[in-house]
Amino acid sequence: MKNFEYIQPGSLNAVSTLSKEKFVSSHLFAGGTDVLGLMKDNIISPDRLINLKNLPNMDKIVYKKGEGISIGTLVKISDIAENEDIMNHFTALAQAAGEVASPQLRNVGTLGGNICQRPRCWYFRGEFDCIRKGGGICYAYEGENKFHCIVGGGPCYIVHPSDTAVALTALNASIKIHSNGTMKEIPIREFFILPEDDPMKENILEPGEAITEIFIPELETGKKSAYIKLKERDVWDFMTVSIAAVADVSGSLINNVELAFGGTAPKPWYDENINKVFINSKISDLETNVKKIFNDSELLSKNKYKLQLIRNLTKRILNNFSA
Amino acid sequence: MKITFKLNGENVSIEVESYKRLIDMLREDFELTGTKEGCSIGECGACTVLMDGKAVNSCLVLAAQIDGAEILTIEGVNQGNNLSDLQRNFLTHGAVQCGFCTPGMILSSLALLNENPNPTVEEIEESIAGNLCRCTGYKQIIEAVKATAEMSNQKLRNQSA
Ligand SMILES: Cc1cc2nc3c(=O)[nH]c(=O)nc-3n(C[C@H](O)[C@H](O)[C@H](O)COP(=O)(O)OP(=O)(O)OC[C@H]3O[C@@H](n4cnc5c(N)ncnc54)[C@H](O)[C@@H]3O)c2cc1C
Ligand code: SF4
Ligand code: FES
Ligand code: FES
Repeated sequence: MKNFEYIQPGSLNAVSTLSKEKFVSSHLFAGGTDVLGLMKDNIISPDRLINLKNLPNMDKIVYKKGEGISIGTLVKISDIAENEDIMNHFTALAQAAGEVASPQLRNVGTLGGNICQRPRCWYFRGEFDCIRKGGGICYAYEGENKFHCIVGGGPCYIVHPSDTAVALTALNASIKIHSNGTMKEIPIREFFILPEDDPMKENILEPGEAITEIFIPELETGKKSAYIKLKERDVWDFMTVSIAAVADVSGSLINNVELAFGGTAPKPWYDENINKVFINSKISDLETNVKKIFNDSELLSKNKYKLQLIRNLTKRILNNFSA
Repeated sequence: MKITFKLNGENVSIEVESYKRLIDMLREDFELTGTKEGCSIGECGACTVLMDGKAVNSCLVLAAQIDGAEILTIEGVNQGNNLSDLQRNFLTHGAVQCGFCTPGMILSSLALLNENPNPTVEEIEESIAGNLCRCTGYKQIIEAVKATAEMSNQKLRNQSA
């Protein structure tokens, strides 16, 4: 790694000013588990790392019954997986956090860092000057695309790698962002972007902006949430596909459901039309109903298997709610 | 930059370059070469050390990040000149073959035992899920951890009897 300046500012305004300084490339740093990997692979080579760890009050979890839960951006993934309030009231997030990487990485990685991590496409992580790195072609499109997306792709075909982002999308979380002296709150369903909007970034954050916390509103009475992740290997791995659901199921009837999909698109995939297929439907009709989703997929040469996998997973998660 | 932290129980201070990783500082500056480097990208766990009691990959942490923390490496696991029960059980249960994964395995399982003196097999498996072993097939490692938990519970019972 080349030499760089390492700073730990004590205020958000300082973070903002330092990030935007001219002629100095800066990068925000939380647990550093993705940043250090990106630097090792020469995908980024910042002059300055801005560690957020001295910012006050960003490592807290505050639950207010009836309102929701606020999770500071610096809260560790391991603390989310083990937090009682999250396990009881926002189960999908605790389950997703428990599925992230290995214990060692969960102990260092933060929630903000997890949702802002860069994609794992092997061309992107390798020495290929692909579209996401400002080059002219997507090597995955006609190459090794077994783990690439089935919807929302073009001109780049990544899948978003974060487990927690999928759970947060189903849970309708919002992201609080400090932007040049003011705060704004963006629904997570509008936070991530598709390659057609900008193939070189995965979310709306601009230089100088930083996430401060993630807020999840309390679920309505009768609703529960869950997350299931499929991976290729038995031990830690990124998702092949995954699903998060917030649902109200009574007996054999699905009264209401919101689904988010991982491993399928360049962002956590959320589509009201998919929810509509299942709202007020019967568990016994799942077999036929799952055939109605993802019919508009653009399958690549080596990822056709994902379509069946994601439909089966949808069936499984909704079945579990009725069990 | 100058950092101050606790290393295997002792307070230390050192001047480090911003780009120095925790593993390099431990091996080069403190000559603690028990911490091994396998993959360098967070995948194998050979570089595991405990930071404030929690297992972390020292290949993916900057030295600068541990300012003020407490670090335990395999060199700090011995009890004086004696091996700890956990280390001895690794040996007697055949959990050490080439030995490359061993320091990391011991620290990951130690983090578990410190928090949970009665782990189930699943909990042991989960605690070492980030540690790769090419030789043993994990069974012997799990048995060694289980045996250590049983030994310390036995000791506690003896003390209270
Ligand atoms: C071997 C391995 C396996 C993994 N497996 C999984 C997996 O199965 N599932 C999964 O979800 N993840 C997985 N990961 C990713 C890992 O979880 C992330 O590296 C980690 O969550 C990132 O957190 P961090 O705090 O270390 O982020 P950092 O590395 O510090 O930051 C990551 C990115 O987020 C930005 N950032 C951080 N905080 C903020 C903020 N407050 N505001 C704005 N931007 C911010 C940084 O600038 C950087 O670009 C894996 C990683 C490795 C190395
Ligand atoms: S999928 Fe995206 S990141 Fe991967 S090679 Fe294509 S353009 Fe690059
Ligand atoms: S060397 Fe650090 S995880 Fe492999
Ligand atoms: S004993 Fe050889 S890698 Fe585990």
